[in-house]
Amino acid sequence: MKKHHVSTTINGEPTEFLCEPQLTLLDVLRDQLQLTGSKEGCSSGDCGACSVIVDGRLVCSCLMLAVETEGRKVETIEGMSEGQELHPLQRKFLEHAALQCGFCTPGVLVAAKALLDRNPDPTEEETRYWLAGNLCRCTGYDKIVRAVLDAAAEMRAK
Amino acid sequence: MAMLAYKAPSTAEEAVQILAGASGRAKVLSGGTDLLVQLRSGRTKPELIVDIKKVPGISGIRERDGGFVIGAATSGAEIGEHEGLKKAWPGVVEAANLIGSTQVQGRASLGGNLCNASPAADSVPALIAARATCVIVGGKGRREVPVESVATGPGRTSLAPDEFVLEFHLPKRPPRSADAYLRFIPRTEMDIAVVGAGVNLTLDAAGVIKDAHVALGAVAPTALLVPDAAKALVGRKLDETALAGLDAACRRACKPIDDKRGTIEYRVKVAGVMARRAAAIAHERAGEHK
Repeated sequence: MKKHHVSTTINGEPTEFLCEPQLTLLDVLRDQLQLTGSKEGCSSGDCGACSVIVDGRLVCSCLMLAVETEGRKVETIEGMSEGQELHPLQRKFLEHAALQCGFCTPGVLVAAKALLDRNPDPTEEETRYWLAGNLCRCTGYDKIVRAVLDAAAEMRAK
Repeated sequence: MAMLAYKAPSTAEEAVQILAGASGRAKVLSGGTDLLVQLRSGRTKPELIVDIKKVPGISGIRERDGGFVIGAATSGAEIGEHEGLKKAWPGVVEAANLIGSTQVQGRASLGGNLCNASPAADSVPALIAARATCVIVGGKGRREVPVESVATGPGRTSLAPDEFVLEFHLPKRPPRSADAYLRFIPRTEMDIAVVGAGVNLTLDAAGVIKDAHVALGAVAPTALLVPDAAKALVGRKLDETALAGLDAACRRACKPIDDKRGTIEYRVKVAGVMARRAAAIAHERAGEHK
């Protein structure tokens, strides 16, 4: 099977990889690039655990072929903190205990960041609808929503 | 999932040539939110994936002659952010934006929703009610057809193996005219329509309906245009007689299946109710659309 050479940008770093055409972006992130923060939950676009941002759009990395990232900009959970300094969303998730098992958390954080990137002051309803594609079986969502709204408030105050 | 090759042609002609050379063993990739799921499950086993997103004009929304041209691979997110389109065709936009989650909206397209040919595709009844057409390109050239002529049954289309949908055309919106789409699902988000109803109305200065188009989804093997439902509305104000006629015509048009999402009896009943409610919303919007 012919491998494709793909040049892309991941978390600001120019990145090149070779991949077979049927591999998803999630496959390559996890198995070739060792970026294992994005999780494989359902592999059918229902759970959001593999959420990443491609050219500013929130997408499921399990629903995108890795070859499609040629020339594009990918942001994953690994690019969210600034070195040791957590993103306000990450800090607020810890403060509000907005996670239990943690499997959905990277996807929820990436999705929440995509929300706040475009709407710094979302309502609770907007937040819940935006995150409807991120399934969490532990928390009941309430603490997640509170953490996102609190992070948004803190980011607006700065 | 096994596949042999991926190609991303940069022109429509090149895409058609590649599809023609693959003699039916290729799949067209737009947003991929249906295709990648089917590849993984083994429901489809193509030898070639043809990614059409590099074809000029296939992404983006352009105003033309007072109407709109929407590239077939334009994402739901882009459609939902286009103020002019939302104002002129709110029903089409709300239908497109009902497809999947925020993540799916980042990729899912009108062309994919149509050519995946699910009877429950949300954007299709709204596009049919809008009298949208699509431009199909292939080895025999370019043809423009009404949206309702594309799907021929669940998962089947009238497209030849070397054809794909390039763009959708929405006509110019007259004054006092608007559309609406509603779907019934047992929850508020992230589900597949039990019934969908698109209604597109134009009123005269006195508030009488002078033009109407009604389409239903998920109640037959393909989305249906229901001319009898439109006839029940035209020449009337949106009173109870008109709504009852609309409701009855929609119920008569249904040929649904029984499945886990709804029984035949339930789907037929709900189709009438959804059409009534969508008509009321379209009517209210038309009154506001000067």
